[in-house]
Amino acid sequence: MREKPTQVLLFGSCLIDVLYPQAGMDAIALLEREGIEVVFPQAQTCCGQPAFNAGYRDEARKVARVQLDCLQGDAPVVVPSASCAAMMKHHYVELFRDQPEAEAAAQLAARIVEFTEFLVDVLRIRLQDQGPDIRVAVHSSCSARREMNVAVQIESLLEQLAQVELVHQDHKAECCGFGGTFAVKQAEISAAMVADKTAALLRCEIDRYITQDCGCMMNIDGALASQQAPLRGTHIATFLMERTGGNEDS
Amino acid sequence: MVTKTVDFSARAVEALHNARLRGSFRDAMDDLIRKRLDHFRDETLFRELSGEGAAIRARALSRLPELLEQLERKLVSNGITVHWAEDAAQANETVLKIIRAHDSRRVIKGKSMVTEEIGLNDFLETRNVEVLESDLGEYILQLLDERPSHIVMPAIHKTKAQIAELFARKFPEIPYTEDVDTLTATARRVLRDAFRSTRIGISGVNFMVAETGTLCLVENEGNGRMCTTIPDVHIAVTGIEKVVEKLADVPPLLALLTRSATGQPITTYFNMISSPRREGEKDGPKEVHLVLVDNGRSDIFANPDFQETLRCIRCGACINHCPVYTRIGGHSYGTTYPGPIGTVFAPLQDGLKERGELLSASTLCNACTEVCPVRIPLAGLINRLRAEYAAPRGNVKDAGSGRSWKEAMAWKLWSAVYARPRLYQRLLNWGLKHRDRLPRELAPWSDSRAMPVIAEKSLHQLVREKSEADQ
Repeated sequence: MREKPTQVLLFGSCLIDVLYPQAGMDAIALLEREGIEVVFPQAQTCCGQPAFNAGYRDEARKVARVQLDCLQGDAPVVVPSASCAAMMKHHYVELFRDQPEAEAAAQLAARIVEFTEFLVDVLRIRLQDQGPDIRVAVHSSCSARREMNVAVQIESLLEQLAQVELVHQDHKAECCGFGGTFAVKQAEISAAMVADKTAALLRCEIDRYITQDCGCMMNIDGALASQQAPLRGTHIATFLMERTGGNEDS
Repeated sequence: MVTKTVDFSARAVEALHNARLRGSFRDAMDDLIRKRLDHFRDETLFRELSGEGAAIRARALSRLPELLEQLERKLVSNGITVHWAEDAAQANETVLKIIRAHDSRRVIKGKSMVTEEIGLNDFLETRNVEVLESDLGEYILQLLDERPSHIVMPAIHKTKAQIAELFARKFPEIPYTEDVDTLTATARRVLRDAFRSTRIGISGVNFMVAETGTLCLVENEGNGRMCTTIPDVHIAVTGIEKVVEKLADVPPLLALLTRSATGQPITTYFNMISSPRREGEKDGPKEVHLVLVDNGRSDIFANPDFQETLRCIRCGACINHCPVYTRIGGHSYGTTYPGPIGTVFAPLQDGLKERGELLSASTLCNACTEVCPVRIPLAGLINRLRAEYAAPRGNVKDAGSGRSWKEAMAWKLWSAVYARPRLYQRLLNWGLKHRDRLPRELAPWSDSRAMPVIAEKSLHQLVREKSEADQ
């Protein structure tokens, strides 16, 4: 079990920045409530994953260097987005292979902790559910499940919440079909995948689905909205704040 | 053999709209996934076994040239004739030469993906050699003049009713039936007759043991054993990467192969061929030939970035678990090996110009990597190949051929913004301020999804405001 730090850096991700900033704020609030000082370096932009996965590594490296710079230090870097966490933890090593920054990349990689992993394995957080009865499913991203191995953590957090009923959708571990540029380059295959994902979630008759990844949420919510289905996703940080009485300061 | 990938996307879309095809792939893959999982519920056990499998294959590859030499020596001293083929044409000619040396016009074949890869059947047919496939799935496809859609279950895209209808057409003396046992019995009767009268049998190979000069063949129908024992001449055709160091390497690989492929603890037949018929033996072929096919493999071997590709034992688990394959089926790929392994192997073998488009057919979800019994980092290799496709750099054929100036420009612009934190924030703030004026539709995203809703304030802004308020 890892030791509880006094301070962490938060890497918010570009999607949270522009689409889901409340998820970032809730992550910060939750960490602060647990007595952790959260530093948010204002120079952060994007982990570089979009270009890296598209094969444009020079461009990805250019952007990733900015994060290497602004996330320096010894404190853990908490990332409320599993795919960005996986990029920084597992793929920076490949991206900066044979580059002058190889060592810095490895140093940062070792400090990356996904948000739910931090709550469960580092903070050993205890949650008191204060919300009404609710039925939810979890969609863990492929990065959360197969690269960061944190699909268990998000569910263990929900299991602490007494009034939250967790149901499991069909083909739960399967990709939602987002895949970055895949959604554009193979739009029809992507559409077929997300249609199956939304159908599986809708069959669960849940109030909400909870996720660690905003890329999947943008994809799944986009499909749900276009089908005019009322179901939407909620980021785990927002859901936990909501269920446990919010930030006492605010 | 193979079709050009130029139309990959078109074929994929066509497959997506074929409801019957999609349903049958989904059900078949779900079934295979369940059967495999029955053996690997214990993740620690799988990690242990796959670690061993990966180590065996990695060790063999690290000594590939010397193992192949050792293998040849052993095979020759066992009485097996070894032929080397640099490419498909040479391999086909070699097989033809052996057939002609025996004045034969007919061969019977067991299942072999390498012979699919080199297009052996078409080659022989055009040279007046009749080819009969004896694996049931391959036999069905031969009757239909179709190609395998899966490397382990070649006719997985066919329904029982389609096969019943085919048999009723081809064998009018037998009444229409969907009873699997009756259909199988019909095929068996035809094939048994052929085995009795055909003097040349062709098979693939799953593992070749350098230490002992043994060819291992894994199968379920017994046709493989018949192909390799009844005819006077047995010609085995396989890729050079299938060699392992020693006999003790085989059991762990075999255990991984059958569990990963079909969820069987062991197949019905496992053949170990170490020589032709010896003095005093009552059966077995009088001659055994091994055709060792390179066909691009030594280039992959020589490229450290992609050498892991050659660890593959062709179990098909990556295919069964691929959400893209499940939806578009094997034929869409237009390659001998579909799914993730084909997405890596085909561009390496045929070049990026011809096969690069396949690289877009992956979400990099890592379902393949997770189940690979020899730990090939398939998603990682797809990603690496995308880098080769986009930029002229490494040693892959046609590197840089996928670079479109439009996409390159888009990423240049993207990096120009995201690598400049202040510019990024200024543009972001401008975007947020004018969020109502941003496009409400952007094809192809909005063809099946609503556009995401831009926030009022960015996380950067909210954090700044919060820290000002806190002070």
